[in-house]
Amino acid sequence: MSKEMENLKSEIIRSSGVNPKKCMRCGKCTGTCPAFDEMEYHPHQFVYMVESGDIEPLLNSKSLYKCLTCFACVDRCPRGVEPAKLVEAVRLSVIRKQGANHLKADDIPALLDDEMPQQAIVSALRKYSK
Amino acid sequence: MKKVAYFPGCTLKTKAKELDRYARKSAEALGFYLDEIENWQCCGGVFTTSRNEIATKLSSVRALADAQKKNQTLITVCSACHNVIKQTNHAMQTDEEFALKVNNYLGAGNEYDGKTKVLHYLEYLRDEVGFEEVAKKVVKPLTGKKIAAYYGCLLLRPNSVMAMDDPENPTIIENLIKALGGEAVVYPYRNECCGGYIALEDADSAKKKSTSVVASARSHGAEIIVTACPLCKYNLEKNNPEAKVVYFTDLLAEALGVKEDGNE
Repeated sequence: MSKEMENLKSEIIRSSGVNPKKCMRCGKCTGTCPAFDEMEYHPHQFVYMVESGDIEPLLNSKSLYKCLTCFACVDRCPRGVEPAKLVEAVRLSVIRKQGANHLKADDIPALLDDEMPQQAIVSALRKYSK
Repeated sequence: MKKVAYFPGCTLKTKAKELDRYARKSAEALGFYLDEIENWQCCGGVFTTSRNEIATKLSSVRALADAQKKNQTLITVCSACHNVIKQTNHAMQTDEEFALKVNNYLGAGNEYDGKTKVLHYLEYLRDEVGFEEVAKKVVKPLTGKKIAAYYGCLLLRPNSVMAMDDPENPTIIENLIKALGGEAVVYPYRNECCGGYIALEDADSAKKKSTSVVASARSHGAEIIVTACPLCKYNLEKNNPEAKVVYFTDLLAEALGVKEDGNE
């Protein structure tokens, strides 16, 4: 593991509060994830990829923006690993960099329709942008 | 009339005005008053779980501190506001480093100590008013209506923090439906996600999830789907135009006889 990835791994583990070593790789998080089939890397893969320091592919993956923050994996993990918190920490490590927002405010008008609630816009901005 | 601090949230002032209006009217019919906190700011819609994320949680802390100053329970009606504010409150109570950073932002004299009690309107009905009392105030029972409660994700999860109901076998909305004289329809997808904010950039993804929820409710005989969340309502309706999706406050106001236009 490069020094850079080692540092990133400790930052992700510290800010998420997740201990990936608790994972027994049962795959229940992925089984219950409503977005698993849209993810290149599934929730259980996030856990062991962070644990092994194989974080680079996650940083560049659209999977980061498919998580719905529904907390299904958090509640249903038999070991209390809480994978969604890892996904969030990895995503933040990407979008906190300058110019790395996944969703830009200027993109929003084209995505709206008349019924779309404000809640959708503020939530998406909070998850996809800094 | 007993006053409770009230955080309406951005969408209840815009696209979901009826959620706000009927929550207030029903509260008064049931003997409590929603005392809107001053200068509240949007909760942000979703909670950011990272412990080093501070600024995005300040609006929730300010609302919590405001309720504390008034010595009132803080009530929310929107599922999202409820989720964000309850999780922020929990972080203030359990994460010392986070609380210290937040309080440094708020400044001396404005610190928040984590003592405000946060309840969803539904919890307030169940735990403070009592569904038996609600039932006594019903003047137009929802007799014969087959109503499916849609919890989605934000009301119940994460259960360790929300502590509202059994996250896999909830009963709170079903019990309200029964108190209002309706027939509660239980179906497997009632606590699965509608797609939430993904609707903004990936409408197909939201469609897949929302149609599964509605199909599940209908296959169990539901005529009406009831929710507390504007984004759930949007996703379910957008992707299932034939489905009737209403806020729980609509049914409540209707049964209590305080809905102006009766039939919508």
